[in-house]
Amino acid sequence: MSTLTLAAELAYWQQTSIRAVVGLVAVLVPAGTLVYLFLFKMMSFMQSRLGPMEAGPYGSLQLLAEVGKFLQKEDIVPAKADRVVFKAAPFVVLVSTFLLVLVIPGGPDLVFIDVDTGIFLALAVSSISVIGILMAGWASASKYSLLGALRATGQLIAYELPLVLAVMGVVIQAGTLNMQGIVMAQAQGEIFGFGGIGSPFIITQFLGFAIFLVAVQAELTQPPFDMPVAESELVTGYLTEYSGMRFLMFFIGEFATAGIFSALAATLFLGGWYVPGLDPTDNLFNVIGPMVLMGKVILVAFLIFWFRFTYPRFREDQLQTLAWKVLIPLSLVNIVVTGVLKVVF
Amino acid sequence: MPNPKVPGLIKGLGVTMKTMLRTLTKGSHTVQYPKVKEAPTPRARGVIALHEENCTSCMLCVRECPDWCIYIEGHKYLAPPRRPGGKPRKKNALDRFDIDYALCMYCGICVEVCPFEALFWTPEFEYSEPKIADLLHDKNLLGQWMETVPEFTDYEAGSEAKKLEVPR
Amino acid sequence: MTATTDAQQLAYIAGQAADARVNLELETEGMTLNIGPQHPATHGTLRIIVRLDGERVIAAEPVMGYMHRGYEKLVEVRTYPQVTTLVNRIDWLGSFANEVPFILAAERLMEVEAPPRAQWIRTALFELSRIANVVLFLGDMGVQLGAITPVFFAFRDREFVLNQIEAVTGGRFHPNFDRIGGLKDDLPKGWIVETLGVLDRIRTFCDEMEDLVAGNEIFQARTRGIGVIPADVGLSYGMSGANIRASGVDWDLRRDSEMGLVHRELDWKVWTHPDGDSFARYWVRLQEVREACTIVEQCLEGIPSGPVMAKVPRIIKVPAGEAYVETENPLGVMGYYIVSKGELVPYRVKIRSASFNNVSITPWLLEGVYVPDVISILASLYFILGDIDR
Repeated sequence: MSTLTLAAELAYWQQTSIRAVVGLVAVLVPAGTLVYLFLFKMMSFMQSRLGPMEAGPYGSLQLLAEVGKFLQKEDIVPAKADRVVFKAAPFVVLVSTFLLVLVIPGGPDLVFIDVDTGIFLALAVSSISVIGILMAGWASASKYSLLGALRATGQLIAYELPLVLAVMGVVIQAGTLNMQGIVMAQAQGEIFGFGGIGSPFIITQFLGFAIFLVAVQAELTQPPFDMPVAESELVTGYLTEYSGMRFLMFFIGEFATAGIFSALAATLFLGGWYVPGLDPTDNLFNVIGPMVLMGKVILVAFLIFWFRFTYPRFREDQLQTLAWKVLIPLSLVNIVVTGVLKVVF
Repeated sequence: MPNPKVPGLIKGLGVTMKTMLRTLTKGSHTVQYPKVKEAPTPRARGVIALHEENCTSCMLCVRECPDWCIYIEGHKYLAPPRRPGGKPRKKNALDRFDIDYALCMYCGICVEVCPFEALFWTPEFEYSEPKIADLLHDKNLLGQWMETVPEFTDYEAGSEAKKLEVPR
Repeated sequence: MTATTDAQQLAYIAGQAADARVNLELETEGMTLNIGPQHPATHGTLRIIVRLDGERVIAAEPVMGYMHRGYEKLVEVRTYPQVTTLVNRIDWLGSFANEVPFILAAERLMEVEAPPRAQWIRTALFELSRIANVVLFLGDMGVQLGAITPVFFAFRDREFVLNQIEAVTGGRFHPNFDRIGGLKDDLPKGWIVETLGVLDRIRTFCDEMEDLVAGNEIFQARTRGIGVIPADVGLSYGMSGANIRASGVDWDLRRDSEMGLVHRELDWKVWTHPDGDSFARYWVRLQEVREACTIVEQCLEGIPSGPVMAKVPRIIKVPAGEAYVETENPLGVMGYYIVSKGELVPYRVKIRSASFNNVSITPWLLEGVYVPDVISILASLYFILGDIDR
């Protein structure tokens, strides 16, 4: 916000509180929208039913009802659990989500921190959630939770690599790690001389986009990669002992992370807050940029959830085989080809 | 077996997308009960109705019920003779005819064995009660269910079964 | 067991239970996992005690009986029409199919034969209950493996079949329609045309399942080569139905024995698969649903006219004797062995249920498999607890 010139000069505490509120909104609104639109409605339509219809018009307030339900539940901590770690685990997972939203630009001037290593920071910070999951599994003092947490850790670490390597192709093509720079590169780039719609990297980096989506699906432990969470003998894996508000925090965290990763994918591959045809430095984008980004988030999240509802889940070793033997070589090939083409053209 | 040209993964996506579009355009397969109610078929076993005039307290339904959920009490009385100078006729009068729907299995044996066609099935099913004792339907309520008994349906071609009439 | 006191009986039972547990307590290492009676993976209250070494199963033991309702004792005090009512509830998904072997056995003892129209309608309803049962399996195996959508399609399309059964019998799940000597009532007008329409829906559903589940590469990776049952092992454990046909055994009672229904007069095919793994069991059942649609179609188009009930007395007293009839039910081979002493009630009825034998192979089958594959194997064996425990 420091680059925006406002009519009145705000005090530091006012600026901070605005940033805090906007940060909360930026995380929770996509989470809520994704939960309603995709989990409640799209899943229901794909299953020939209507989903929640009672709470609010067409069931739009169902999430509020669920929050109310979770709030009034008893706060159970298992007797043998490590209380401090148990209670801290949901917060650790949420912290990584909130940190991720810092670097995603919503407009030419709408970004919390505009660092030169934007995407690198995002990827590094997204790994914090692995610690949160391990804490949750270990502190639950139950062998099923521990099994689930160990499986989740192995899966998440394995799929970090394709995630990072897929992004490398984008970075090479854009020439910068800065998120705003990447958006500008897509806005001002040209495809073989045709500059009408800019150069959204999904066209040239389609392989990278595919790998990124698969890796995101695994990072979120969504089907078909949800062995740690939904395996029948683990109940819900590391989440087994969590109930009430703590479970809700994990739940919201999962969907918020889905939203944030979709926003990342939209920024890296679809052009972020940019709409082709307009001047990227126009102040108009400070107003419509977040909405454009939200639209692209919904598009990417649609793909993620479409896969979620259609496919059965992989077994753990098949999961790892896919990551190490298929995705990583593919992404390395992608990097090499991108590098060569970047030098040539 | 999957078609080698289109991988099964893509075909699966096609199925879910097709279903979603169908639900969006033509509506879902579910109905929003209780705002919309689907009518069950005429033969559906919802509740049993009693046509009291036909019942002679023969107790066949009580005996044949697998759960013993029908309670009948009756008494005999002497009706006036048919023609003057004749013998008074012994007739059965029904005091109590209760069916306990908390026990009833909805098997239909009582309706089937009744020789005097006093019991009928109706598709009416919305009679749940907050108190389980209220599920004991007495003679009057069972008589009221007679209004909901549908007419017997015709049979398919080639059938030799006779269509019965519901006494009103 | 001779007459013993209560304490001695309790001690005997406790000893048996302790023996069962000791069989698993072979080593001190490893983890004992209870795939407990309340579990999303098992179709009801089946308990499987597995002993794990890391991710592999060393030993497994199913503990059945959580749903035992005492059928064989219940029917000793109920007349034959009342038994038909109870018996619907053994395999509750394909419920008409439970009544058929019992009625056929009783008819054999009474030396009464149902008229041809009744036999044809019986066959049509028998195959409709097979469709209702196996359609649920096709969706349910998907949900055991993580695909949440197919099971909704299964329930959706199963509703149409259940509506057709309700239109004839009055009950969706518990028809109670078969009688000694024929059927309770005849078909209502318009039923045949409606049912033929429903069969088209089921065929579309089968195509959808083939695209969504059977053709899915992830599903195939989870089920191919998992839980292979060689034909001789399967037969020695008494497996039957689609489970054994998926191991390559070409055996179907509808075609191979004179059951009492009209399958032998119709034109249909028995499906087998050589592999014997979980995918084969899914695939065979998928084809069987399609074949059942063909059988129902032929039945409905060829129903002879006539009565639906033979001349039987009002009060049914089955003459003394013994009869055993097996039929090819949706879950496997189901048989009723009726011993009658000439009274209103049967003296003893032994129910041979398919799932009991199908589940008995789990100790042999689950040795050395990964834990996630346990779920896949149990899902593909497809047992129903009411059928196991009776």
